[in-house]
Amino acid sequence: MHMADALLAPAVAATMYAATGVAAGVSIKTLRKDENTQKLPTMAVASALVFAGQMINYTIPGTGSSGHLCGGMLLTGLLGPQAGFLSMIVILAIQALFFADGGLLALGANCWNMAFYGCFVGYYLIWKPVMHSKLFGKSGARTAGRLKIALSSILGCVLTLQLGALSVVLETSISGITELPFGAFVAVMQPIHLAIGLVEGLITSAVLIFVYETRPELIMDADTSGDAVRSKCSLKTTLVILAVVVAVVGGGLSLVASGNPDGLEWSMFGNAESGYSENMGLDEENYGVSSTAADTAASIQEKTAFLPDYAFANSDSAAGTTVSGLVGSAIVAALAAAICFAGGFFRKKHKKAAAKA
Amino acid sequence: MNNISAASREFREMDELSAQDSPIHRLHPLVKLLVTLAYIVCVVSFPKYQLSGLAVMVLYPVLVFQLSGIPVRTCFHKLRIVLPLVCAVGLLNPFFDRAPLLYVGGLAVSGGVVSMVTLMLKGVFSLMASFLLIATTSIDALCAALRKLHVPALLVTLLLLTYRYISVMIGEVAVMTDAYRLRAPGQKGIHISVWGSFLGQLLLRSMDRAEELYQSMQLRGFRGEFYYADQPPCTAGAVAYGVVCAALFVLARLYDLPQLLGNLFV
Repeated sequence: MHMADALLAPAVAATMYAATGVAAGVSIKTLRKDENTQKLPTMAVASALVFAGQMINYTIPGTGSSGHLCGGMLLTGLLGPQAGFLSMIVILAIQALFFADGGLLALGANCWNMAFYGCFVGYYLIWKPVMHSKLFGKSGARTAGRLKIALSSILGCVLTLQLGALSVVLETSISGITELPFGAFVAVMQPIHLAIGLVEGLITSAVLIFVYETRPELIMDADTSGDAVRSKCSLKTTLVILAVVVAVVGGGLSLVASGNPDGLEWSMFGNAESGYSENMGLDEENYGVSSTAADTAASIQEKTAFLPDYAFANSDSAAGTTVSGLVGSAIVAALAAAICFAGGFFRKKHKKAAAKA
Repeated sequence: MNNISAASREFREMDELSAQDSPIHRLHPLVKLLVTLAYIVCVVSFPKYQLSGLAVMVLYPVLVFQLSGIPVRTCFHKLRIVLPLVCAVGLLNPFFDRAPLLYVGGLAVSGGVVSMVTLMLKGVFSLMASFLLIATTSIDALCAALRKLHVPALLVTLLLLTYRYISVMIGEVAVMTDAYRLRAPGQKGIHISVWGSFLGQLLLRSMDRAEELYQSMQLRGFRGEFYYADQPPCTAGAVAYGVVCAALFVLARLYDLPQLLGNLFV
């Protein structure tokens, strides 16, 4: 779901940076208040682990495809929302810097889409209520804890990925970058991320349940009272039951998503051949975002843009500008080539001088 | 070799690149960071049909590639997976926007084609700029620059620690997956019965070790923040470089320089 720089208008990117910045500021303040730097090593290890863990392929039974880990919910379950959010920011920053996975300018938006929803919305809306609820109360403390973890991580992953996917569509549409109609874009993004969310939720719950079994005190809001007895329902059974449910719900969809690890790229790339042809003739206005928020954002963008609406198409001397534009670009290319030659020349000279000395 | 060890090798390669020496490497990291951001903002803010104006922005990466001595080949090799995806973003534009925009030798070029090429160039340029930043700046220097920008110490230290741990963790995961694969031949990934324990074991093990390490760091006087010594000084030349670069970017953004240049000749 990582967005590249070219997908966002600077105004949208700046807004998302501001939003992420506020959330990060609040998180840091909260963390400072309670235990200061004591959590730092745990946070660093957990985020490094999520980074490495996302490279592992997990086989999804019965489909022959593979899934990955959902970082946001895992970190929330281990560290809590504030620390999890900061860890996710760090992961996304390293991915952007060293793997070009998501752009530098788009980092704010990526943090919001993946970290904010995963950590804050996932925690306060799902993780905390479910973990403190009396759900599965009859089946013994251990099993109840296990089922609650599974339920909240799957629900959390699905919900947060849906929100994230929707945000990607909204941000791209407000930026006015692609010609992709809004409705069609949403229709592609949401179902793919539903499937991804289900699978990621399953894997995340598996890891969290394992930690809960061995070291329950590491899990946020978990019931750590000593009377939790070993029950009949083993980890494997729980997982198999959940896997069957997920397979039934998302079976067809996961097949679609499996070969393509990233749904955003799939929905933009994979549909060039199929699916969109019937939408091609439609009026773009009908599909564009027409909310007041979008209008405001557009007007802000127009004001902040260096040169609003450069009218290339309607200029009177279109032919003239084309020719001079082409000539100018050719000169630029020649200039670039000259710089390359000069650079190579000086380096060679430098090497020769170094060899002589 | 599996893809996990390949990832750890890529980390090392980037570290090696940033440890080289050149005028660009010696620049103050904060200046480099700000110039890169200014460049990306300018590139991304070009209107979708202004292809000729965007073309001039190619000069910055070309110049930095030459000055820093970082091979262009390395850049494209590193970005080989991401580049096609970035380029794919605009692939649908020619289908939606089919009004002819300009004529090149009697051949009509539609607005969609122009906007597609513009979008691709924007993506490639901004990727190259961030690659050049990270290839000429070490993570320590970058963290020092972030501290200068008053990014909270907690976040910066976390970034540094995570970066350090990642290579260890990736190595560990690579060994584990290799071992698993050797014991489970013909299986595509991790079986469902060990989904939890596979990563969970590693997590528990590393958390204990990290806490011990951290305690020993504290005993040696670590108080939650690193002190970044021996960074290149922020000279007047570095500031001048930053200001000139930023001014040129804005100039190129405001005026269609290739167009003006072409007007002189046509």
